[in-house]
Amino acid sequence: MEKNEILNQVLSVFHDVLDNEDIVLTYETTANDIEEWDSLSHIQLVVAIEKKFKLRFTSKEIQSWKNVGEMLDCIKEKVA
Amino acid sequence: MKDFSALKKNLKKDFSSLKKIKVAVLGDSATQFLCQALRGEGYDKGFDLQVWEADFNQIERQVFDPTSELYEFAPQVVILFQSAHKLLGKYNKLKPDAQGSLAFQELSAIESFQATLQSALDCKTIYFNYTEIDDAVFGNYANKIEASFLYQLRKLNFGLMEFAAKTGNFYVSDISSIQNEIGKANFFQPSVYINTEMVLSIEAIPKVAAKTVAIISAINGNFKKCVILDLDNTTWGGIIGDDGLENIQLGTLGIGKSFTEFQYWIKKLKNRGIIVAVCSKNTESVAKEPFEKHPDMVLHLEDIAVFIANWENKADNIRQIQSILNIGFDSMVFLDDNPFERNIVRENIPQICVPELPEDPAEYLEYLYTLNLFETVSYSNEDAERTKQYQVEAQRATLQQKFTNEDDFLKSLDMISVVESFNKFNTPRVAQLSQRSNQFNLRTVRFTEADIEQLGVSGAHFTFSFTLEDKFGNNGMICVVILEKEDADTLFINTWLMSCRVLKRGMEHFVLNTIASHAKEQGYKILKGEHIPTAKNEMVKDHYKNLGFEQSGEQWVLDAVGYENKKCFITIK
Repeated sequence: MEKNEILNQVLSVFHDVLDNEDIVLTYETTANDIEEWDSLSHIQLVVAIEKKFKLRFTSKEIQSWKNVGEMLDCIKEKVA
Repeated sequence: MKDFSALKKNLKKDFSSLKKIKVAVLGDSATQFLCQALRGEGYDKGFDLQVWEADFNQIERQVFDPTSELYEFAPQVVILFQSAHKLLGKYNKLKPDAQGSLAFQELSAIESFQATLQSALDCKTIYFNYTEIDDAVFGNYANKIEASFLYQLRKLNFGLMEFAAKTGNFYVSDISSIQNEIGKANFFQPSVYINTEMVLSIEAIPKVAAKTVAIISAINGNFKKCVILDLDNTTWGGIIGDDGLENIQLGTLGIGKSFTEFQYWIKKLKNRGIIVAVCSKNTESVAKEPFEKHPDMVLHLEDIAVFIANWENKADNIRQIQSILNIGFDSMVFLDDNPFERNIVRENIPQICVPELPEDPAEYLEYLYTLNLFETVSYSNEDAERTKQYQVEAQRATLQQKFTNEDDFLKSLDMISVVESFNKFNTPRVAQLSQRSNQFNLRTVRFTEADIEQLGVSGAHFTFSFTLEDKFGNNGMICVVILEKEDADTLFINTWLMSCRVLKRGMEHFVLNTIASHAKEQGYKILKGEHIPTAKNEMVKDHYKNLGFEQSGEQWVLDAVGYENKKCFITIK
């Protein structure tokens, strides 16, 4: 799956979980850029993404991403 | 069941018309999501749960410090969630010779939480039991070693049940059974736990919230009282009208085992006090034949309170069942294998609960177990008699048709009532009536057994329970009145509630005669009553007016001294 296609699917998860259709994601987006994205909703996002792509992240991975792009790389590696 | 995101979306809805209940959540793991889910689930059940969440890991401080935020918040419900993971953490730190007493120590702590909470607050405690963790240190041998973690955890869960059985206002939310249902791999997600200190997975949270809100809901008088059964392919396999008595599937025939086990479940519900009714598209005599003649039927006609089999529309038939039983549609469950019938009933009677039974009857029971339809917070011996009472009511209705004069009919019933104040024998039934009665209930104050015991020792109340027996049978306790000493002259009717089974029997007159003469004997001059309207008690809005009380603002007063007994055909025993 292409990174961009993953981005689109992840975006729909963000819209649903954070209940805000206006959110826009780029590879550089971080939690600081999105008001609803806090440490708690982060876990909700992670679990929803795991469900969507049918994969599991390790505890370390969840803590390691610096921005959306790194998360997408991690997903890409697992679905490849 | 809604997922966590859907429950969270509820939080943005309008709670203003819902009943407010203050709920405190104290946990030793992260509980933010649980709190959100509780409030969201509460919305769907008609409650505005005002949830206060204690800071992380503060149970002891909040409970034992009388000046803590917990007591300032003054919750009506306190939820205590000590997780199995933290229990394992405590166990790990114990010296080996102390590990065998973990359950005992924890239970003592829980008992003192409960005692402290009850001494300071008017609240119900909901305690989460422990989800099983096998640390696999002993393997199967853990079952033989008292000091093993698994042994201690299970002992603690059992100890909780024993404690709950003898302790008022203390309820166990059985989250261990949720883990059994969905599996530990789904209930607990290690990466989430490591990153957030949350021991419940996002998938488990809505189920835990539902299980917990079900208790709160039942405490507030919302629970199921009746199950209505379809027959063909629901109660037995096949179609009695086509297949005939010897070919319907029950017992060892075909997939009969599914239906036999289903019937045993219904029978247990009936024995617990759930009213069982039948609503079937059939010729009545054909539909009754298996109940009378089939050797593998578990349910018999005497288990069925109302039996309706005809070719009319099921929604109309269920309305008829409702009018005979006189209970709300929202306290009924309708079980039918046919999606078409289910939809007709759902569309016409939206309040009724209509489970979407699986296609394969083999899965009926497992599916029904997961719905937790029959939550309750009380149980008394009278529950087991309830079906009989409704059947007797049907006989009375037949007799009444023979009399043209109401008084002659009432006289012919030979009615007797036992009047007693509350005592340890009738307390469970008093509590239960206060929770179950919605229609004939003037102020809808709910009492638990512990509340009732408190009333008995307060010195500020006179309490009355009434039974009603007639030549057809004993209805048991059907009416409760609590009088509160307002001042030297006035008794306030804090509670007057009655079972709708005994409407139109002159019981209201009998009760008023009893309490008015009691008031007079005790030197009081005025009886004061009040009607607090709810969605369900419209039936008694003119209750005091009809009994001759005079309106005084929002309340009603009666001159007890000048009161003359009203006509009534009930004898006091």
